[in-house]
Amino acid sequence: MRHLLIRAALMFCCAAPLAAVGPVLADEAKSEPKPLKLTTTADHTKFKELQKQFNSGPEVTKACLACHTEAAGQIHRTKHWKWEYLNPETKQTLGKKTVVNNFCISIASNYASCTSCHVGYGWKDANFDFKSEENVDCLACHDTTGNYKKPPGFAGNPVVKDTEYPPGSGKIIKGTDLAKVAQKVGKTSRDTCGACHFNGGGGDGVKHGDMDSSLAAPTKELDVHMDAEGLDFTCGTCHSTSSHDVAGSRYAPTAQDKQGARIRGKADKGNPATCVACHGNGPHKKEARLNQHATKIACQTCHIPTYARGGIPTKMVWDWSTAGQRDAEGKQITKKDAKGHIIYESRKGDFTLAENVKPEYFWFNGRVDYTLVTDKIEKSEQRTPINRISGSATDGKSMIWPMKVFRGSQPYDPVNKTLVTPHTAGNDDTGYWKNLDWDKAITVGMNDSGHPYSGKMEFLKTEMSWPITHMVAPKEKALGCAECHSKQSRLAGIQGIYIPVRDNNKLLDTIGWAIVFLTMLGVFGHGAIRIVSSRKHQAKEN
Amino acid sequence: MAERIYVFKRFERFWHWSQAGLIMFLMLTAFDIHGTYAIFGFEKAVAYHTIAAWSLIGLWVFAIFWHFTTGEWKQYIPTTEKVVAMIHYYSVGIFRNEPHPFKLTQLRKHNPLQRLAYLGIMLFVGPLIWVTGVLYLFYADWAAWGLTKLQLEWVATGHIIGAFMMLAFLIAHVYLTTAGHTPMAHIKAMITGWEEVD
Repeated sequence: MRHLLIRAALMFCCAAPLAAVGPVLADEAKSEPKPLKLTTTADHTKFKELQKQFNSGPEVTKACLACHTEAAGQIHRTKHWKWEYLNPETKQTLGKKTVVNNFCISIASNYASCTSCHVGYGWKDANFDFKSEENVDCLACHDTTGNYKKPPGFAGNPVVKDTEYPPGSGKIIKGTDLAKVAQKVGKTSRDTCGACHFNGGGGDGVKHGDMDSSLAAPTKELDVHMDAEGLDFTCGTCHSTSSHDVAGSRYAPTAQDKQGARIRGKADKGNPATCVACHGNGPHKKEARLNQHATKIACQTCHIPTYARGGIPTKMVWDWSTAGQRDAEGKQITKKDAKGHIIYESRKGDFTLAENVKPEYFWFNGRVDYTLVTDKIEKSEQRTPINRISGSATDGKSMIWPMKVFRGSQPYDPVNKTLVTPHTAGNDDTGYWKNLDWDKAITVGMNDSGHPYSGKMEFLKTEMSWPITHMVAPKEKALGCAECHSKQSRLAGIQGIYIPVRDNNKLLDTIGWAIVFLTMLGVFGHGAIRIVSSRKHQAKEN
Repeated sequence: MAERIYVFKRFERFWHWSQAGLIMFLMLTAFDIHGTYAIFGFEKAVAYHTIAAWSLIGLWVFAIFWHFTTGEWKQYIPTTEKVVAMIHYYSVGIFRNEPHPFKLTQLRKHNPLQRLAYLGIMLFVGPLIWVTGVLYLFYADWAAWGLTKLQLEWVATGHIIGAFMMLAFLIAHVYLTTAGHTPMAHIKAMITGWEEVD
């Protein structure tokens, strides 16, 4: 009754806000708590500390740390900050600071460009101070306005005032009002994570194939969990954090999760970002046979039928060996395909792009060994794996995983037999992207990464495997049986297991059909002779 | 005037024809699953094959019960008597319009070759298909059953061998139904229960 009265009062208020309201009703309305939209308990626009002009990122961070005293220290422990990761299984020191890939190759000597995706400010060379608290970038992850940008070339700093970049180019990067961004901070979102992770490899969708800007607001078809009009998961829903450390790793992925669904209160050090962490180990309710499949097959294999499904192509091949061409006037060239996507750049070489790509499938147990710049490589016909994935049908730890295999050719030192770390980005005389001179670029880059360079270079064919785990389709779109149980099986390359139909024994089939054929032949022959002989007998009798 | 004998009782006829239908449907779905053709497609064919298989298992439970309670199982005891005569009849006599060497009665409704063939199907091909088929269905439970050394490939191969043998039997069996007193005599008997004999 009381509730109804209040409702009536509220409706009355809305309908006639200026009309006089009875004193009793007005008091009742006042006693209701005011409606809240915020998902946090703090409205940052009200904080005096944020109501000022900020001239740099670190100034904002100082204001954040005045209240969030431990935040920078937490960030300092993470991969997002250190760009360094010690793989406990392989003992390799990895992380962006160290690894070489077959996209833009390496960050050494290219810091000012690459660190636009670092959660920090000012990492412009190898001397960056990793102990600095004020250089932690809170806004990169906590911006909710979409206006916070860290353009390449500024060592992870946002541009506060309108700035011409590159200098003398006439192109102006507009300044960002950091106070407005700081007052609107909130939880991370697909947009904040995506600002870097959608653009890995130097552009939208380039690197991963299962992550691109189409996931900013995906349909259910594209991703059943992140569906903007449905479940609307953010990245953090699965990659839940503890003390700013984001779960989930491509250096040491969880290939097989036997722990079942995570329950509150259960002591557990497992990766919370696996499918099993929510769905458990027997998620198929109707068809028990599928749960059996799930003991050997990663969920992703059936539930991500293809990647790059959101209309944005991903790079499949990057051939650095064709870089360096110039037009008649000596200028750099760019070639595009019919859809307007770049397929050749003088500074980068040839690209092959693809959409709706069927993954390749491998046994994978979570162990990944990287080929580092210190590793000796014998050049051969076979592609050198940048990251070698381990797994087999018999090790008891492997599952069949979908992978994007990214293939390319990249600079290599044939004398020292190592990969090299060329200086690519940079508005200087030695950056390859500006001057197209490999010798200068590799000399400077190897000097920066601290490894020897013989002065000779060739191109080495390499490949890199990327487990596919995003763009999970609705269950109706999961792979049908015949995608694998057929002679054109998706799992054609998977060894060590018997897959019905794929592995039909040809000899058995030949013998079987021969017996059937001979039986038919005998039956028809016998029948024919019976018909002929009975006619003879009839003729005789007549 | 030919003599008429009531050889196939009502349950027996029901058993025979429902089994015939199920086996032919199992054949149809089997080679669909096997990838020989795609009428239902793998996924549906597996589902139908499984339902038909369980139905046939159910039917067999009744049939076995019936055979033992009625004593009809004795019809399948193998005999060497007149086997040579039967082989001679099928390979020579039948073309010369010679009389059938076997005179069927209610207690001996199968000729000696039939006895051997049906017994072979029931003792060898049938169990091969059923054992491998059930193992196939319960692949998930092998470890729990202690079958750690068993390979799916062996089970699948056994099942496929059984399928080919059953198909060959089916062809020969259907043909030999025409080798009675008249071409339709055996088939009529299987429908009505009454067989005409000379």
